[in-house]
This record gives sequence, structure tokens and C-alpha cells, in this order.
Amino acid sequence: MSLRLIDGSEAVAEAALSAGLRFYSGYPMSPATDLLEQLAKKLPERGGVCINADTEIEGVNMAIGASMTGFRAATGSCGQGLSLMQEAIAEVALNETPLVIFNMARSQQDYFQATRGGGWGDYRTIALAPKDVPEAVELTQLAFHLSDKYRVPAIVYGDNILARTLTAVDTSPIAFEPLPPRDWALDGTTGGTGRSKQIWTWGVGKHHTPGPGPQLHWRNIADKFARIAETEQRWEAGFHEDAETMVVAFGTAGKFVEYVVEDMRQEGWQVGFFRPITLWPFPEDALERGCKTARQVLVFELNAGQMIDDVRISLGKRVPIRSIGGISSDDAGINIGDRMDASYIRARIIEAMEPVS
Amino acid sequence: MNVAARKLSRGTIVVAVDRCKGCELCVQACPVEVLTMSEVTNANGFRFPLLAPGCTGCTACQQVCPDYVFEVYKYEEAVDELAAD
Amino acid sequence: MNYVDTTYPPVRESRQVASFKPALLQTEEHHLCPGCGEPVAIRLICEVIQELGLAQDTISIFGHGCYGAFMSTLDVETTLCLHGRAPAVATGMKRMRPDKLIWTMQGDGDMVSEGLAEVLHTAARGESVTCFMLNNGVFGDTGGQMTAASVVGQRTKNTLEGRDPGYHGFPITIGEMVAALPGSAYVARGSVHNAGSIAQAKKMIRRGFERQMANAGFGLVEILTMCPTGWFLPTKDGPEYMMESLGSVYPLGIIKDVGAEQPA
Repeated sequence: MSLRLIDGSEAVAEAALSAGLRFYSGYPMSPATDLLEQLAKKLPERGGVCINADTEIEGVNMAIGASMTGFRAATGSCGQGLSLMQEAIAEVALNETPLVIFNMARSQQDYFQATRGGGWGDYRTIALAPKDVPEAVELTQLAFHLSDKYRVPAIVYGDNILARTLTAVDTSPIAFEPLPPRDWALDGTTGGTGRSKQIWTWGVGKHHTPGPGPQLHWRNIADKFARIAETEQRWEAGFHEDAETMVVAFGTAGKFVEYVVEDMRQEGWQVGFFRPITLWPFPEDALERGCKTARQVLVFELNAGQMIDDVRISLGKRVPIRSIGGISSDDAGINIGDRMDASYIRARIIEAMEPVS
Repeated sequence: MNVAARKLSRGTIVVAVDRCKGCELCVQACPVEVLTMSEVTNANGFRFPLLAPGCTGCTACQQVCPDYVFEVYKYEEAVDELAAD
Repeated sequence: MNYVDTTYPPVRESRQVASFKPALLQTEEHHLCPGCGEPVAIRLICEVIQELGLAQDTISIFGHGCYGAFMSTLDVETTLCLHGRAPAVATGMKRMRPDKLIWTMQGDGDMVSEGLAEVLHTAARGESVTCFMLNNGVFGDTGGQMTAASVVGQRTKNTLEGRDPGYHGFPITIGEMVAALPGSAYVARGSVHNAGSIAQAKKMIRRGFERQMANAGFGLVEILTMCPTGWFLPTKDGPEYMMESLGSVYPLGIIKDVGAEQPA
């Protein structure tokens, strides 16, 4: 284990390289720009290709082309840049091309985008939300693994705090289960054989090798996502066995909440936390189990209420659910604002737990 | 019929009649004007090309055809297509 | 008038000089309109790939248009990508597999309307890919609406009185724009209106592919193709109308060929 003190952007770049990234294309946008600059330098040094795309749309489509030929490829931006990529993310979900998309976000306001998506069709996107740089290193490599394993898009949802925080991390390759060869990938060699390959969202196939056609193809994809939903949920929970109040948060906010809850527990408060690691598939059953003893559930997310929808889907009307976060930005609208703060979180939890006088 | 007036053919074609969509581009393209459209229609309701003697096997019809209707052959020796064998 | 029986191959001694379809099409069948020029262009591309011996070393990226019909019959590896994005997808493919022949199949709607940024940026970067644009001045697949390439006065489904530059602007001649970029190596414009132009177009396709295999830079081969349906015309009038209308805005010829200047 060799630790280096580096910021999240460099750590994610190194983790991607450890996962075997061969192609990256991106467009600058704060706070994702550092990741692009890291890969612009490191990828060519390690035999890969990094293209400074002229538009986000071109960036994601280049990465799709690279991935189609059987190489690990990624693109990235912040949520505002991912907005332009929505069509392309849906496209790879429907034509089964692996693709990792990094969202180094300006805020927590990208949750709906990450989990619902704005592209066309019956598709889902695996969305992994690290709480800190070490977890980002792990989830980056996991994203490439899951994307390849299932041939689906995977978003790594970081943020500006993670991008700029220096942490001692080990970015060496993590071993995952071996994956089958990419026999679906295009390399030209089946041309002229009567069985030449085709990648198409409609699954039509060719004259000699007909495919399932759009309806069955799309149903198969939907079934695949249903299977992923069953098997790939990840979460972290603490102090939930006897918690009277549960606090749910994702990403960096989850780390802040964990810190505050640990503190409050030492003072005797019966509070616990739950952090989904996979925003999709959202760990509904795990959240329900984690909130078994809770008499209220507080959702701390810095937006007008996005993850709270999934919390409601998981818990129903069984227990009161309240938001204790809210939109929080700096004056430039580019950085997470001052509500990402332990004192603020603590005050909001206490306010919710103390009886109304 | 005046035998001396009959043209010889240096080439000939096979026409996939039911694939034809009656666009008549072959008629236009033929440099020796030996193609005319039929009066009858094919299985899809389109008129299709008929070949008169005089084909040179130049392949112009096959080249312009959007529906891949033509195969083209060149005879070793010029042929009187309408002579009794 | 007596006609020759053309239902079967000749019994007299002969040799076949042209087959129904190229080897790289799995079937002759397609649903494109009577008099459409696109299947002719497709045939030429198939023949050139076969003649160059590159069937097992090529990947094609299709945009969205009537030519998409050939996604299911072309016997080379194919993908259908998002409208206009083919040059970007081609970039990713070529960078990862630089030894393969990577080409796109697009229409004027796909390339000049939706995909203008993609083709210009890809040409500027000098990616050694070959982009084909089948230019008929309409979005054919949706019934024949105007594109950025439609010519002034052209009657289309959404310019029924003819394209009025005061309201709809002027056509973009993408070939000339791409040729002005240093990254482009081969830009040619052919057509399929008669056997002569078809032979020329085939040479352009071949030259375009040869320039790619020599890593010369970006290649664009534009082919004017008839669309009598989109032009509200009888099929036999397609070729003449095309050369009078599109042909006057899009002159045929080699617009740029850096490879031609290389010593043999």
C-alpha cells in the first residue's frame, strides 16, 4: 500500500488509469476541469488518448466510439455539462456500450439528473456517490467494472469539495471478478463473413443475423436493469439499530452527517445515519430496515428536495420524512455553499429532535 | 421481317422484374437506347424494362439502377438475339 | 417489336461483367423510393471496400437517414449513432484502432444541419477518417423537409413556396468549408446522375479511402443523390433536376487532395 497526498481530481484520474482507462475526452467546466487536465497529461504518457473535445456532446460521443471498439473509455464534466450528454447516456444504455461518466458536480442539485436521467427511453444509469477521496478512488474503479460487466452507463458523482481536497490515498488497481471477453466490440474482423456485427439501439440485426427488434430488445434491456437493481445496491449505515431519528444523506454531505451523528451519539442523542452509495439502484430495502426504530427521518441534501423522493418511495407514509437541507450555493453559483457545515447540520437535527415548546 | 435491319447484340442483361420500382433511370442511361418500359406491371404494380436487340453490355443500366435489378453479360461474339436457334 | 428474354442468364457463350448486387450487401432488397440515388452510392462504397480488400478491417458509423436501411444489409461492422454525431464517434474509434478503415454514412441533414459542429471539429483535428455525405438537399427520412443544404428556391415539405433566403437563409456548402481547414486532406464531390458521374464518384470514394489508409488527414466525400420523392418529381426527372438545382450550388469535382501533391 503506497499513499500519496493528492487532491480528488488527481486521485480519480489515477484510479481511472488503474482501472485501465485508455480514452478520455472532455470539455472544461469547473470543477471537473482539473480531472480533464490530469488526464490530458497522464493518459498519453501511459499509452492512452485524451482528446480536448470542442463540445460536451462531441466528448461523450468520442468516448462512445472508443468504447465500442473494446477499450475502457470515459468522459466527464459537472452536472451542467452532463445536461448536454443526456441523449448519449441513454443511447449507450440502449445499445449496451459501456461508458463511465464523471460528474464532478458544483452541488447536490444533480441527483435527479443522475438517477432519472433526461434521455429518451426505458433506461437507468448506475450512479455511485463517494463521500470522500478514498471512496472516490474505490468507486471509480468499481464504475468501470460494473459498466463493463453489465454493458451499461455508470456515473461517478463527485463534487467540488472532493475534487479539491487533498487526502492521502492509494490509487493502485483493485482486483474485481474477471469479466468475459468483449466479443460484442467492433474491430472490423467479422466484415464480409455474412455475420458482421451491428450495434444499434433498435436491436434490428442484419438480413442474415436478425436481432430481437426494438420491442424485445428494449424489454431485454429493462429486464437487465431490473436485475442490476436487485444485485448492485450499496449503502452505509451507522447507529441505526436503536435510532429514534435517522438522517439520510449522500456524497460529501453523507460524510458530514456521519461526523455529526457520531458526535451527537457520544452526547447521548438517539440518532443514526444512512448513506446510499448507489444513488441508483437506490437501496430501498436497506433504508427501510435501517429506519425500523426511527420515529422520524431527516433528509440532509443541499437541493430543493431530490433524494427525498427516493426516501419516500422506500418508506412510504410509515414515518414522517423531513428535509433539513436546502439549496446552498456560493455567490458565483459554482460551489457548494455554507450549509455544508457540521454546526449547521447539528443545529437542524437538534431542532428536529427537540419537542416543540 | 427484314433480317438485315436487325441489330446484333454484344451483350445482354438479366432483369429481376419483381424488384424493379419502375423509375426508368435505366432507360435514360442506356447509350444505345435498347431499353423501354413494359406496358404490363410486375407483382408490385411497377412497369419494368424490356430489352431490344443491340445491347453492348456497357453496364450503364446496372450502374444507375437503385434497386439492383440488372445482371450484365458480354457475349464472346456478337449475337442476333431474335434469330431462331 | 420483339424483345430479348431477360429472365435467365444467356445460353450463348458469354461472361458476366456486372452482378445484381455487390458482395458486401447481404441482399438486394431495400425499402428506399423508386429513383433514389442512395443505393447507388452504397453500392459504390461496397465495391471499393471489396476491391481494396478491407472488408475485415473496416467499421462504419451510420447517422440517421434513409440510408439507414443499409444498416441491416451491409456486410461490414456497423453502428448507428446519434443524429449528427458520427464524426465524433469515428474519432473515438480511429484513435483506438488507427489501423482500421473508419467511415461515416451521413446525409446532408445529418451532417450539415444536426452535425455541423462534429464534422468541422473532426476535420480541424485532422482525424484520418472518411465521412460520406449523401446530399439530396432534404431530410428524406421524415418526408422531405429543408436542411441547411437545401438550395434557394427549393420546394420542400416545410418550404412549399421555395426556400426564401430572407426567411430561411442560404445553404451551407460544407465541402468548401471543410477544404479550408488545414486538417482536411481529401474533399471531393461526386454524383450518381448518370453512368459517367457514377464512375467518377467511385474513383473519389477509392481515393478517399486510400488517403485514410495513408493517414493523410480528414476525408469528406460528398455525393449528390436523387430524391424524386422529396423533390415532388417523377422519378425519371430526378437526375436532370438534381444537376440543375443542387448541381449549380454544389459543383462536382475534387475540391482538395493533399495526397495528389505527394511524389509517387
